[in-house]
Amino acid sequence: MRFNIGDWFASVIDWMLANVGWFFDGVAWLVSQIVGAVEIVLIGLHPFLIIALLAGAALALTRSLGLTLFSAAAFAVIVAMGLWVESMSTLAVVLVSVMFSLAIGIPLGIWAALNNTVSAVVRPVLDLMQAMPVFVYLIPAVFFFGVGMVPGIAATIVFAVPPAVRLTELGIRKLDLELLEAAMAFGAKKGLILKDVQLPLAFSSIMAGVNQVIMLALSMVVVAGLVGAGGLGGVVVQGVAQLDTARGFEGGLAVVILAVYLDRVTSGARSLGDVLRSRRAKKEQRAAAATAPVAAAAG
Amino acid sequence: MSAAPVKAPAGDRGDAMNTEGPFIRVDHLTKVYSLGKSARLGLPGRRSQAKGFTAVDDVSFDVKRGQIFVIMGLSGSGKSTIIRMLNRLIDASDGSITVDGRDVRSLPPAQLRAYRNQTINMVFQHFGLFPHKSLIDNVAFGLKVRGVDRATREAKAAEALTLVGLGDRIHAMPDQLSGGMKQRVGLARALATDAEILLMDEPFSALDPLIRKDMQELLVKLQRNFKKTIVFVTHDLNEAMYLGDRIMVMKQGRNVQTGTALDLLEAPADPYIEEFVAEVDRSKVLTAGMISKDPDPGMAAAAPGVPARSGHDAVRVSEATVLTELLPLLAAGTERVEVVDEHGTPVGHVTAETVLAALAPKEYSHAL
Ligand SMILES: Nc1ncnc2c1ncn2[C@@H]1O[C@H](COP(=O)(O)OP(=O)(O)OP(=O)(O)O)[C@@H](O)[C@H]1O
Ligand SMILES: [Mg+2]
Repeated sequence: MRFNIGDWFASVIDWMLANVGWFFDGVAWLVSQIVGAVEIVLIGLHPFLIIALLAGAALALTRSLGLTLFSAAAFAVIVAMGLWVESMSTLAVVLVSVMFSLAIGIPLGIWAALNNTVSAVVRPVLDLMQAMPVFVYLIPAVFFFGVGMVPGIAATIVFAVPPAVRLTELGIRKLDLELLEAAMAFGAKKGLILKDVQLPLAFSSIMAGVNQVIMLALSMVVVAGLVGAGGLGGVVVQGVAQLDTARGFEGGLAVVILAVYLDRVTSGARSLGDVLRSRRAKKEQRAAAATAPVAAAAG
Repeated sequence: MSAAPVKAPAGDRGDAMNTEGPFIRVDHLTKVYSLGKSARLGLPGRRSQAKGFTAVDDVSFDVKRGQIFVIMGLSGSGKSTIIRMLNRLIDASDGSITVDGRDVRSLPPAQLRAYRNQTINMVFQHFGLFPHKSLIDNVAFGLKVRGVDRATREAKAAEALTLVGLGDRIHAMPDQLSGGMKQRVGLARALATDAEILLMDEPFSALDPLIRKDMQELLVKLQRNFKKTIVFVTHDLNEAMYLGDRIMVMKQGRNVQTGTALDLLEAPADPYIEEFVAEVDRSKVLTAGMISKDPDPGMAAAAPGVPARSGHDAVRVSEATVLTELLPLLAAGTERVEVVDEHGTPVGHVTAETVLAALAPKEYSHAL
């Protein structure tokens, strides 16, 4: 006798469609409004202004001149290929998916780090979410949200939340026990320990999670193109369907440019804390050197 | 925190110290770790009944205000467990802990936090400094927890850093410092809160010998001014004897002997302690105060501070002078050295004979 898990899953989906369909309609409407708003900004403003902003963000977050110049040039290439609008629409979808994934993943990761039961429950669920082939989410997502970019975003979130949870939990849990003891030994409350010690020291791990979430979201772009999400995914899918190698390659190249930009900027931001700290420390050293003769005279 | 219990200002403690009861009192303290973890780690099964692993077994001791109480023992003897039960980083399984008349084990959460913040602070073996905070922010942490405003807590923290000799580095980050300096910060952080009790879990073990000596001297110097009540863990008997007013020797979770350095040297309770004591350099841990005989009647009559028997060339040393430093005096032919306390009040005298007798290991003095 066969045990029909698949049938059971399908009937759960059917039931949800019949009974809470209104809820998914509402979510679909809200998400498309948000993406629409982001798109209006990204597409509505002049490309050169956006390019300047993106390059400026690279400079601010990574403090690397090379990366800043590279991103300006690479985005100019996108404009030259005539893929600016598609790229910005993809960027909007990625940004919104990432926002939702982080809004779910980081708090869940914090909770899992502070509570062993939560951690034990969450872990297998994350394994399932991450190991399941993405197309499996895409099918019910289309049922719930219709075709377009919303099912793409929904599938992306399911796919991209796990690293945000895992790396947040890991970052907090790997904290040196002695530091946790030190914070407790001075009578700090749990909330203060989290805010003042655990989260700042988990920052680089959390940023690694952010980086992974972004890369996973971007990798979903082409897949989401299959369900009509438009943007660069649409371009690539179209290129493949029409056997148009040139178009497909251009779409792919634009995806790569976005990927490299987002990856470098977020992994640069990861060490931003250290950079600022060592800067402050150097400044302090200089100040100390300047006042040293005074201190010596006084002491 | 206005609700903080009012503490007697340091000046008021003065001489009441000797008459009052113990400041910290620990009775039949026991810690049994649940077995799961330690069994998996394959630890040697010391009295490991089905219930768990007994890391601290029926330990009692008490500490007077202003004393340095040293807990000493080999690795795994339960020292860290005891010290962490005092501020409840680890919860005891049995027994009682009373600090200044309060039952520590029954403090509810809010009072426990206040107790940790205001009464009992800790210095860690690996310093436990927050790597993302500057020295001043590290030192001000306890006051921040207390809700003290930024300006006040930074002033206080800068003062504490100055006390430990780091007044010119207050904005440095911990990773810019050497180990010894880091532990100075650890010490400053515990001083900044004005807590009366300091717990120090092997604070100098991670430092190399010369720096370690410096730190021990710094601690003695600070202690002279602050008269904190210190519970100090070490596995180094020389350190224990140099710092400890009283020393408790632990072995496999049990208290084997508690006493002064001299007690341990003169009357080790069992072969385990005898073995330890054999390693000690007596000339460096015994002090004039420990071995001095009754003060000379003529000296005692003199008012403190007034040079007694003026004209007579009495040689005086402080109580804390170690015997090595006495040897040159005796070698130069001084027959009798007067011992005075920190106020200059005579407490006794030593002679070449008493010094030599104290330096001779026990078995040899028996042989005579
Ligand atoms: N969480 C724990 N679970 C189980 N056993 C523990 C736990 N913590 C400590 N122990 C065991 O209890 C015993 C006492 O440990 P403790 O850390 O108090 O020793 P210690 O005297 O401080 O040793 P050291 O000098 O190595 O720091 C050791 O045998 C240790 O393995
Ligand atoms: Mg220990």
